[in-house]
Amino acid sequence: MEAVKAKPMKKVYKSRSFAAETWRRLKKNKGAIIGLIFLSILVTLAIGSGFFYNYNTNIIGQNITDRFQLPSLQHWFGTDQVGRDIFARILYGARYSLIISVGSVFIGLVIGVILGAFAGFYGGIIDAIIMRLTDVLYAVPNIMIAVVIVSLLGTSAVNLLIALAIPAATNFARIARASVMTLRGQEFVESAYAIGMPSWKIIVKHIIPNSLSPIIVQITLLIGTTIIAASSLSFLGIGIPVPAPEWGAMLSDGRAYMRSAGYISVFPGLAIMATVLGLNLLGDGLRDSLDPKLKK
Amino acid sequence: MISYIIKRLFQIIPAILITSFIIYFAMNLTGGDPAMIIAGDKASKERIEEVRVQYGFDKPVLVQYLKYMGGLLKGDLGISYVTNKDVFKSFMERLPATLELSFASVLLAVLISLPLGIYTAINQNTWKDNTGMAFALFGVSMPNFWLGLMLILLFSQQLGWFPSSGRRNGIASLVLPAVTVGLGLAALITRTTRSSMLDVIRQDYMRTARAKGASNQNVIIKHALPNALIPIITVIGLQLSNVLTGSVLVETVFAWPGVGRLVFDSISKRDTPMVTGAIILCSILMVLANLVVDVVYAFFDPRIKAQYMKKGRKHGSSKSETHEESL
Repeated sequence: MEAVKAKPMKKVYKSRSFAAETWRRLKKNKGAIIGLIFLSILVTLAIGSGFFYNYNTNIIGQNITDRFQLPSLQHWFGTDQVGRDIFARILYGARYSLIISVGSVFIGLVIGVILGAFAGFYGGIIDAIIMRLTDVLYAVPNIMIAVVIVSLLGTSAVNLLIALAIPAATNFARIARASVMTLRGQEFVESAYAIGMPSWKIIVKHIIPNSLSPIIVQITLLIGTTIIAASSLSFLGIGIPVPAPEWGAMLSDGRAYMRSAGYISVFPGLAIMATVLGLNLLGDGLRDSLDPKLKK
Repeated sequence: MISYIIKRLFQIIPAILITSFIIYFAMNLTGGDPAMIIAGDKASKERIEEVRVQYGFDKPVLVQYLKYMGGLLKGDLGISYVTNKDVFKSFMERLPATLELSFASVLLAVLISLPLGIYTAINQNTWKDNTGMAFALFGVSMPNFWLGLMLILLFSQQLGWFPSSGRRNGIASLVLPAVTVGLGLAALITRTTRSSMLDVIRQDYMRTARAKGASNQNVIIKHALPNALIPIITVIGLQLSNVLTGSVLVETVFAWPGVGRLVFDSISKRDTPMVTGAIILCSILMVLANLVVDVVYAFFDPRIKAQYMKKGRKHGSSKSETHEESL
């Protein structure tokens, strides 16, 4: 009898990186993928709108003979009170909403994470001062903080960015502080200390990268709430100055014609809702993918 | 318990100091000339100067702030530059409308979200759960001022069931604003209720209750819900404080004469005493709302009540002991 030659078992286990593992889990989440596809299309169209439309003629140019046209094949979402195509304005307006929300969340992220990380790492008086300040800001509703800042500094895109970045920064500061406080006693941090690494380097190189998961989730969710906040300020008349096609301002314009042309207010609101919905779907999916224990 | 409440009430003081300092200085440094606002657009230079001296605007901002805080200690929040009315009285005139809207919307939200959150949790991963969660997701993604406009379009202009603005028609006027605020809140509370219930229904004591033959309804209402309530109360409390002070958008859409609109209008008119006073009073409202939430925790959770009692006893026996335990 011929001896059976046993082949040595060779099974190679590929270790996936953190990002690859997160992507693998995210792909299984239908909602997150729908959100991601929608947002990708929106970003592409928002960028492309600059090529399809001329800002001065198609976006802010008035065409009184075409005013109050109902949605049709020619004007998909109809035209507004001065004859501007609502679909074109919504696509172009996505630029404002996305740039303002991403910009302010990014500014808030940088400031908040630095402050929160230092508060959590050093504790004591630094922690007390930073956290009491965020407590005070937390005690006033975000929209009220933004209204106060924009009203006092004046309406402009930069002031709007500042006004929306402050509430975002308080959010990130709290998250970063909590993460850092749980990480600072870990062995890898002590080892970094032992080899003589300065504190700021330990925070930047070791602690912040290890507390990224909750921050990434918060970024997606905060971009959504910031889009709503930015359009709220425009709705109140203190956001992006007219005649820029900001979604909240378009909604506010339509209020005066609710009785005769309600559709003017319907579509900008749907655009805000769809974008925030996409971000929330992606944010929820990311939360589940980054921390599978949370998935219920 | 009482000592805890007193301690929490004292925490209002630093909040008032910081908030009033920031707002007062911001308004003074960036706002227009208050003497001109009081004297009016057509006033002569002499009249404006007279007002400036009369109200003390010629003095440094810090001196003006200290004078303001001196008045605040006596319960005087000052006089509005624009309406010439007492700030406290003006705020109190608007407060009932805000309280009415806040409580109606939170009540509506709780009535929708608690049953829905429980229902989705006990039917996890079924189409019922997915439908409930889709509602919640749409609710949190929808700007409430847009929802308000859509409700006006449908229920006021098309069907004519409810008035579209003001507060003159009693409950009928309240329905649309309360639904607008309430639906957004309901979405948030539903998500929290579901998540909190899912945590609880997997616990061993739930299995024990079922093994002892308790009915499903009994298990959910008597065993699961009381244990799941703490995060739900936290979210309700947070939302209540937000609605109390942050309903400026819904108040604008429905011309609802509340506090949010008062603050917004005062900011645009650079009415420093009104803005500072109203925001101080709003901060007090927020702290009080949070305090009520803390007391409600103790009512629903005997463990928390026991902690308060323990603290109270410690406080009574040794004055020097600090309250290091966090709740």
